[in-house]
Amino acid sequence: MMQSLFPLGWGHYLAGGLLIGMGVSLLFILTGWIGGMSSVFSSTWSFVSKRSFFQQARFVETRAWRLVFAAGLILGAALWWAWMGPSVPMKTGIPLWQLGAGGVLVGFGARLSNGCTSGHGICGLSSLQLPSLVAVLIFMTTGALAAYAVLLLGGH
Amino acid sequence: MSFSRFLAVLASGALFGFGLALSTMVSPEVVLGFLRFQDYGLMLVMGGAVCVTLLVYQLAPRLLGRPLLEEQFAIRPSLMDRDTLLGAAIFGLGWGVCGVCPGPAIAGLGTGNWDLLIALAGIAAGAYLQGWLKDSR
Repeated sequence: MMQSLFPLGWGHYLAGGLLIGMGVSLLFILTGWIGGMSSVFSSTWSFVSKRSFFQQARFVETRAWRLVFAAGLILGAALWWAWMGPSVPMKTGIPLWQLGAGGVLVGFGARLSNGCTSGHGICGLSSLQLPSLVAVLIFMTTGALAAYAVLLLGGH
Repeated sequence: MSFSRFLAVLASGALFGFGLALSTMVSPEVVLGFLRFQDYGLMLVMGGAVCVTLLVYQLAPRLLGRPLLEEQFAIRPSLMDRDTLLGAAIFGLGWGVCGVCPGPAIAGLGTGNWDLLIALAGIAAGAYLQGWLKDSR
């Protein structure tokens, strides 16, 4: 049964998940800040856009640490790559149109919803917030639908 | 930002990014495999992360009173409204098309996967569009 649920093995999934949780937890214990990842895509716009939406305190006051947190994500993944990753840069076989079009919907939706897989899925659920549980169930459902639909459109 | 806070946030982010890479969530193929019910690994990733974070989010404020470097523990804003639910639906649609969510779009760059810059640019554009639409209403 484990083989059919996790054809690529399961240990790395669980270990990675625990590390992600430890990262979000360490941020909380040290600073009290909530480390969802989609907010940085709004808060960073406050550096260049004068629009009142982006100049809200919740973005301006957190934009510096959110960028540092994002840099930490790159650093951590780079450490993994140097230590345990393949000798060549990773790449993806997903067509670029899927990455671009999907990305726009991801950015728009996550910010409208004020949360993504980490914001609702990890931070929201861990805060015992019912709206986040509903959001997770919704995006898992529409995600599965889109993942099948994109195959019908000739995607990967 | 003080140097200690800078280091605290960078180290926390590095744990997060290492976990995303180790769990192969930086590979869109793996995420799409989950959304097509071919590999349930993403449940273990999210489940593992929630187990740790749930304990810390619930216990740290009671045991510590305040975070080690700041004044108070933040409370995540949460609303059961149209935007939250509609946004989640739209987010999911995009996630199922590209297999990339905000964390992996950023962390994946650390593995030299430059294709993810396309997804990253898309997410940034979508986030701008969301703020722009909110403003012009």
